[in-house]
Amino acid sequence: MTLEKDPLNLIIAGVGGQGNILASQIVATAGIKEGLYVTVGETYGASQRGGPVMSHVRFSAKAQCGPLIPEGEADIIVGLEPIEALRIIADYGSPATRVIVSPRPIYPIWVLSGQAKYPPVEEVVQKLGELVAEVRVVKAIEEGETGLAANVVMVGALAGSGMLPITMKNFEGSIKEIVSPKDLDLNLRAFKKGVELAGGKAAVPVPVKTRKRK
Amino acid sequence: MGTLELDKPGKTVLMMGDEAIARGAIEAGVDFCASYPGTPATEVPESLARVSEHFGIYAEWSTNEIVAFEAATAASLAGLRALVAMKQNGVNVCADFLMTVNLAGINGGLVLVAGDDPSAISSSNEQDSRSYARYADLPLLEPADFQEAKDMTKWAFELSEKLGLPCILRSVTRLSHSRGNVKLGVLPEKTRKAKFEGVYISGAFAAAQHAALHQKLEQAREEFETSPFNFYVGPKKAKFVIVTSGTGWLYSREAVAALGLEAKVGILKIGTTWPLPEKFIVDHLKNVAEILIAEEVDPFLEQNIKILLAEQAKTLGPIEVYGSKSGHRPAYGEMNQDKVVQALASIRGLQLKARDEKYIEQAKELALTYIPPRMPTFCTGCPHRASLWAIKSALKLDGRDGFVTGDIGCYAIGAGPAGYFQIKTIHCMGGGIGLANGFGKLDRFAFNQPVIAVCGDSTFYHAAIPALINAQVHNSNVLMVVLDNGGTAMTGFQPHPGSGFDALGRSAPTVEIENICRGIGVEVRVRDPFEISQAVQELYDMLQEDGPRVMVFRRRCFRIEAKEKLQKKYYVDQTRCIGDDCGCARFCSRVFNCPGIIWDQEAQKAKIDEVVCTGCGVCATLCPGGAIKVRGAAS
Repeated sequence: MTLEKDPLNLIIAGVGGQGNILASQIVATAGIKEGLYVTVGETYGASQRGGPVMSHVRFSAKAQCGPLIPEGEADIIVGLEPIEALRIIADYGSPATRVIVSPRPIYPIWVLSGQAKYPPVEEVVQKLGELVAEVRVVKAIEEGETGLAANVVMVGALAGSGMLPITMKNFEGSIKEIVSPKDLDLNLRAFKKGVELAGGKAAVPVPVKTRKRK
Repeated sequence: MGTLELDKPGKTVLMMGDEAIARGAIEAGVDFCASYPGTPATEVPESLARVSEHFGIYAEWSTNEIVAFEAATAASLAGLRALVAMKQNGVNVCADFLMTVNLAGINGGLVLVAGDDPSAISSSNEQDSRSYARYADLPLLEPADFQEAKDMTKWAFELSEKLGLPCILRSVTRLSHSRGNVKLGVLPEKTRKAKFEGVYISGAFAAAQHAALHQKLEQAREEFETSPFNFYVGPKKAKFVIVTSGTGWLYSREAVAALGLEAKVGILKIGTTWPLPEKFIVDHLKNVAEILIAEEVDPFLEQNIKILLAEQAKTLGPIEVYGSKSGHRPAYGEMNQDKVVQALASIRGLQLKARDEKYIEQAKELALTYIPPRMPTFCTGCPHRASLWAIKSALKLDGRDGFVTGDIGCYAIGAGPAGYFQIKTIHCMGGGIGLANGFGKLDRFAFNQPVIAVCGDSTFYHAAIPALINAQVHNSNVLMVVLDNGGTAMTGFQPHPGSGFDALGRSAPTVEIENICRGIGVEVRVRDPFEISQAVQELYDMLQEDGPRVMVFRRRCFRIEAKEKLQKKYYVDQTRCIGDDCGCARFCSRVFNCPGIIWDQEAQKAKIDEVVCTGCGVCATLCPGGAIKVRGAAS
């Protein structure tokens, strides 16, 4: 198998407690089922207590990649939280990057304490759009709904977007392998919801001004 | 069934570096695993504990690293294969035993996994543990990818047994906590029986043992000369070679490819970094003019290679060495591909395709000023928030400019806004009470500030007891607050001597913190930090006393608690919350700072974020308007 771009670099960005690691594990295992070399670099430890968390997932048909994506080389970013998607653009984004983002904010402690302001989500999405090739907003979770497998909804959206060379069968096989049997139904439903959102009406592509690299 | 138990030799699976190390140990037929949790090494013993019944492995979370290492060594002396894993700081705790077990020798294969944390992502330092191998004259292996993490661990047991020495396997965060492809090997039949024979005494013949140790190390070097973990890739007659170890291998290979230098630059990858396979290295550096050393943190490989080049100057002639001394690689912080690319470009005078500066400027501006920063904080429902609030309030009431010495654990976040900036010192495990008992003896120098040492429960057992005994026998003026949340929370809720269960989740005897304190003779009280006004009052009262005192704030970590029962649902009764007219300065969201409470912009009143709230109810006790209530309860 050859990849259109090798290595293909994906970042899943969010906040500690959002299930970032499970999401990256599902995507990576699906990649291995596809016969690829996959490397996942994860940041956690202190960061799992509400700090930013980021997983670098790298696919290659040729060799095992290093665990960190070089600067400006993220091809796809999945944002489990809107400002966390925007936060990593300076280091890893480029005008060619494509973004799938959940619009539900998780307020940092400095916003709660009134020392900082959380910008309007629509505006965050628009700013993202100015920096990258494409932004898809996926409402993984409805207002009032509790935080139920929103991470897996976003994995579904990634699968449904067709941005990765991985079949639905391998995504679902990966979920079955990783998730515990008692949570399997819930997670498969979440995955399907994501697939539908990515292809259905709920995924609203935002009009984008693409900046060309000079 | 997980990948660890999978009996499918040749199948490729996704494994975390730590899991791959555990699988390597399983394929080596490991019998015994003792460890103390510490990032990034925790998942090695955790993985072995998970499959311990399946493979007949004994697994325990020990009180601290040196106890773990000694326990594992006992298994080795009885002829079993044993593993001990720890974070870099843990190697310091082990050092005393390490510097004698090397002389006295071992029997069954014994592997010490040192998980280093370059850039101190989850640590209080970023020390490079490799120097311990050179210091203790022990063989050192550095896996460079996930497959090697498994294969090297398996080999380390065989090597250790052959040499009669413990082997050190050095991993780093980016390997331990990353995941990648691992092709599984064969699961062995296990037949070993434990039997102790012989004499293992270091001391009486230490000099002779030291000489024998040097011979064993030469034997290790011979083994390393033909190890498959050392190899060269690149053009046959390269004038420029990158010499690399550990994660530097993957970064170097990508950097060479990114710059299109595959036909000009070779890579000499060393997996056995102490003692160096000298013949192998010399053979590959003949006719080479320049080398770049790509390794993580200290110039360990760099310095040892330089010594080798000096010794071999007649054979090799002059070779220019680029590395940290030449300024081409920082000897701090973690490695990455970009750092290797920059080093190569600057040495070879290459123009890099730079990223658009305006683009970066625009994105940085957004990241740094437009969006708010996000600091790690205590979880909603965390007992440490209430404990630090009580400490802050008691110190304020006391008014003598008291301060808090900190220790290692979740509560270290209390040095920042989550803990109201109360913690003023953080060093090593047990360092807080050690410092406090020194501060507590400064009264004759006109020192009159009260000192509170905070210490986690796991840390208490690990390292705080000798300092507390010291405080007692010297009548030091110190108030120790043990933040007892029922487990080793920071690393993933592993049990400790007070938890009442073992590494496999089976019920176990407990050693109570208050009984230890009473045994020492220190005054001790146990309170629930969620009973917050009582907690503040009692802390204040204790601050007025002299001599050593201990307050145990006991409240289980809600993440452990949540597994056991459903939490209550809280809400803000917006008919009772009067917003900014209250005069409380938005106490719940701005002052108490819990992420479970947000400001409802429309209503201009507080509101519970039900997705995040865990129902601890502390805010309900503190809200001056009594506006926070339990759903379904009578109002």
